[in-house]
This record gives sequence, C-alpha cells and structure tokens, in this order.
Amino acid sequence: MRKYLLKRVATSLLTILGIVVVVFFIVRVLPGDAAAVRAGPYANQELIDRIADKYGLNDPLHIQFVDYVGGVAQGDLGISIRTNQNVTTELLDRLPASLELALYSVILATAVGVSLGVLSAHWQNTWIDRLLRIFAVIGSAMALFWLGLLLTFFFAFKWGWFPGPVDRLAVGSEYPRTVTGFYTIDGILTGKPSITVEAFRYLALPVMALAFVLAAPILKMVRSAMIEALESDFVRTAKAVGVPQTRILFVDGFRNALIPITTTIGIVFGFMLGGNILVEFLFSWPGIGRYAFDAITTRDLEALQGFVVLVGVMYVFLNMVIDITYAIIDPRIRLGSGLTK
Amino acid sequence: MTLYPSSASDRPTDSPFVPQRIFVPTELSLPRRWISFMRTNPLFTVGLFLLSAFVGLAAIGPFFVGDPLRTNITEMFSPPSADHLFGTDEYGRDVFARAVHAARLDLTIGLIIAVVAMTIGSTVGVIAGYFGGRVDEIIMRLTDVLLAFPGFVLALIIVAALDESLLNVVIAVAAAYVPYFIRLTRAQALVEREQEYADAAQLAGNTPIRIAFRHVMPNSLRPALVSATLVTGWAVLTVAGLAFLSVGIQPPQAEWGVMVGEGASDIITGEWWTSLFPGGMIVLAVMAFHFIGDDLTETRA
Repeated sequence: MRKYLLKRVATSLLTILGIVVVVFFIVRVLPGDAAAVRAGPYANQELIDRIADKYGLNDPLHIQFVDYVGGVAQGDLGISIRTNQNVTTELLDRLPASLELALYSVILATAVGVSLGVLSAHWQNTWIDRLLRIFAVIGSAMALFWLGLLLTFFFAFKWGWFPGPVDRLAVGSEYPRTVTGFYTIDGILTGKPSITVEAFRYLALPVMALAFVLAAPILKMVRSAMIEALESDFVRTAKAVGVPQTRILFVDGFRNALIPITTTIGIVFGFMLGGNILVEFLFSWPGIGRYAFDAITTRDLEALQGFVVLVGVMYVFLNMVIDITYAIIDPRIRLGSGLTK
Repeated sequence: MTLYPSSASDRPTDSPFVPQRIFVPTELSLPRRWISFMRTNPLFTVGLFLLSAFVGLAAIGPFFVGDPLRTNITEMFSPPSADHLFGTDEYGRDVFARAVHAARLDLTIGLIIAVVAMTIGSTVGVIAGYFGGRVDEIIMRLTDVLLAFPGFVLALIIVAALDESLLNVVIAVAAAYVPYFIRLTRAQALVEREQEYADAAQLAGNTPIRIAFRHVMPNSLRPALVSATLVTGWAVLTVAGLAFLSVGIQPPQAEWGVMVGEGASDIITGEWWTSLFPGGMIVLAVMAFHFIGDDLTETRA
C-alpha cells in the first residue's frame, strides 16, 4: 500500500511539473513579444523595454523558467499585471465561488445522470432507453453559453422565477461572514438562513445549465457500467436463487458499477474546475473562471498562466485522491500494483 | 487451376475482399434497403439529414441571402418577420443573413480543425503505439499533461498567447484535440502491431517505418475516424465558445459565437432573437455531428 501511494504521488508531482512546463512554454516561447503584449497596443518602445526589464523578460529563458518553477513550488504564481496583486491570493479569494458552483452542479448532474442511467440500463433497448440516449446526445452537443442565455431569458426575464445573471447575491445585500466561502453554508453557520435561500436562488440558473451538460456523460457511463454488471455471472446467480428485482438492480448491479461511475464523476468535476469560464462570464459569477476571462481581455498573461496552472494542479490532485480511494476500497488495485512491483 | 480470382465477379461472396453488408438483407431493392437502414439507425439518419441541410445551407445559402455586414439604421431590432426571418440586430443587420454566412465559416473551420488534429494525432499515436519503448513513454507522459487541461482552457491559453487570427484559432483548437487522437490511435496500434499481417510484413523485409505507416496505421485509424465526427462538433462548439468570450474570431465577422456574444446583452431588453437564433444554429449543427458520431461509436468502433 505504501509503495502504491508513493508511486501515485510521484507520478502526480511529475504531471504537475509537466503542466507548469507546458504552460510556461505556451505563454513565453510561442511567437509574440510578451513585453509588447503586456504593454498594450499603444505602448512605445521605451515602455516595452521597461516592462521587459521589470518582469525579467530579458533574462535568458532558462533563468526565467527556474524563477517561475521556484515560485510555483512555493505557491507563488507571480504578480498580476492588471491589478498588481499576487495572483495566488487573487485566485484563492475567488476559488470558493467557483467551487460552490461546481459542487452543486456536479451533485445535481450526478443525481440526474445516475437515476436516468439506471433507468436506461434497466429498460435496455426500449423506447425509454432510446429517448434517454437522445437526451444524452443533446447534452453532449449543447452550447453551454446558449443554454445559459435561454434559461436566463425564460426563467429570469420572462417569468421572473429566478434573479438575473448579476452575481452570487443581490447587489447591496448583506454578505455572510466568511467561514467556508460557500454562501449557502455560511448563511446557516452564521445564523442567517435568509442568505442561504438567496444564495440558492442565484445559484439555480448556472447550476441548471451546467448540470444539463454534465449529466450526459454520467448517464452514458452509468448505463454501460450497469449493463455490464447486470450481465455478469453473479447477477445471473442472484436472479436464479430468487433475489428480488430492485435488490439486484441497486445492490448487485449498482454497487458493482460504482468504480467506473466514480471515475466519470471525477472527470466531470475536473472538467468543471476549468470549464466554467463560459458560465461564470455569462452569469457574472465572481469565480476563477471570471478572473481568467478578465485576464484574457486585459492581456494579463501572468494571471491567465496562474489560472491554468491552478486548474491543472487541482485536476491532477483530484485524480490522485480518486485513485488512492480506489486502492483503499478495492484490494485488487493495490495488490495488482504490489505484484508487479 | 487459378490461384487468384481473375476478376471481381469470380470472387466468392464470402471472401474478405467483398464488403459484407451485415445490416441489410441483400434481397431487398435499393430504396427498400435505404428505408430499412434508416429504420434500424434512426439517430444516424436524423443526423445525416440535419448535416446535409447544414452543408447545403453553408454551400449555397450565402448566394441567396443579403450582405451579412450591411447595416440599416431604420430597421434596428425589428423582430422576426417574413422580410427578416430571424429579425435584425442593433445595427439593423439581418440576423438570418449573418447566421447563414456564419454556417459556412463555422462548418469549414470545424472540419479543418478535426482533419488537422486527426492527422497529427494519429501519426504521433501510431509512432507511440508501434515503436513503444522510450518514445512511447515520452509521448504518453506529454499527452497526460495536455489531457490534464480541459480542451477549452488549453485552446484559450494558446489563442491568448498567439494573438488573435483565424489561423491561430484553428491551430489552438486543433492542438487541444491532438492528445485525444494520440490516445485513440495508440491504443489501436498496440493491438494491430501484434497481428499476423504485421509479422508477415516484417518477414517480407519491410522497414519498421514502412510497416508502421503503410501497414499498421491504416488499420489503426478506425477509432480516430469514428471520433472525428464527434470532434468536428466539439470543434465548432469550442470555436464558437471562444468567439463568445471575444477570444479568436472578432466582431463584426458573421460567426455564430460572435453573434451570440454580441446579442447576449439584448436579452435583458427583450430582443431575444439576436442571440437565441444563432445559438440554436450552433446546437443543431453540433447535434447533427453528434447524432452521427454517437451512432458510429456504438455500432462500428
């Protein structure tokens, strides 16, 4: 077990190093004068030179690289050109907003995807199954920003059920004292349940848009994993000895389909961490995606680079945690790696 | 006695050289065969019809609609009508004309991206899968790193670093999908290189490079080809998404994502047609590719 853990952590660290290298080279080595980009379109040569000097862009590349990697290792993602603040601090300030959005979206998507997937597998090759398959294809082909607009138009402006896309809470309303950074939880913890309700109302539309898109891959994976489990020998035996239908479906079938399902949910969650730029932009959500968008429009490559590194690191970390959890749950995985040394 | 059939008609019908139609009973007449195929593959059929409609629209549509950039101050924000099927936008431009011109641009870009990504990805994938060893190790490590980014984020940072132009958008989005094709082709190449024909090619004295590209690669392409339809759809979605964020293709270019981005703020004042129509076109077009691609992945891959 310890050997497996060490190996898994080592590969994760290597991948993170790889991410830093790739991002660094995309930003600095691709054609385009970094200093000129930072200085903006109306800068003269003198300003460009000054900026190049200030940010060490005239140093040889390997020195710049060592500087950057050294910074990242200490959690320093550099200084934003737009705000002159530390990129790490700025990202961490905005992270709870993104995580809250991601968490509720994944929860809703999982609930929808898993239940529809189980239905689809149970009624395999009937019209229900076919209908759900169409639903899954539409979900995978959906343009997130268009769906968000559609929901906003009907639910916010036409019928007024939910607030428009402005922020996490109404402008001028009382913000909860920060405990977890999740307004829905902080509202309860600080004894102000009205804030929790309000936060949920503002979460509703972006969460619905995201969950619709995220439910599709979960539904597909649950269906195929369930079908595989239901066709296995132990399910046939269970049927033969007269175990009730629902027990077979949820205990024998679902429990054995859990590992591929968890993997998919992990991937979906990882995608969410960085894939929500569109939704955060559309709903003016003050998270890291919105921060990345602001960084792009103002040519703040340092901040953009920090965002991408953070997303990559979170993704690798998430996958590592999932893999280690499997090894704890399923002895086949850790023993398998032990046998091959 | 002849060892080889002298002409195609002499070949036995069960020979591997004659394509077998497993889905369609051969005794049916041609139109009936089509109907039977459509009945057994409804998703594919719907996708094909949708896609044909879009290809037709992209190919000849621009000749029949007006100039996508012509403004008309007297007709700002007129709602959908017989004159303007999709209404007009804040400059009085015809939304339908713009959406039709955009169809040509978006579909072309999507297709180019998928072809470029597949060509590069499957070549590298075959090299990794066939030669294995250290080359494979390095390529796969790099692929893992690239797959650790959501494709959208990867494309975004590349466009941002390269500066905005149509060519750079194509490069960036194609680069985001290359790792995906590397994975697919490598996995298949690993299977194919163990086949007898690969051994036979080696015994016949072919160089490893020739075996890899002339023998193994054509047989390893199937998963990549099937996925290319899905990727074309995603590429359209990614390009439009980037344009929506005003990264890459810029206004006033008639492009679906640009149009949705320009029209998004009109929703608040009630002019829903400037953004919802072009956005709906994106979704329908991507759906066309995904209906086809989903059917292919289920049945052929």
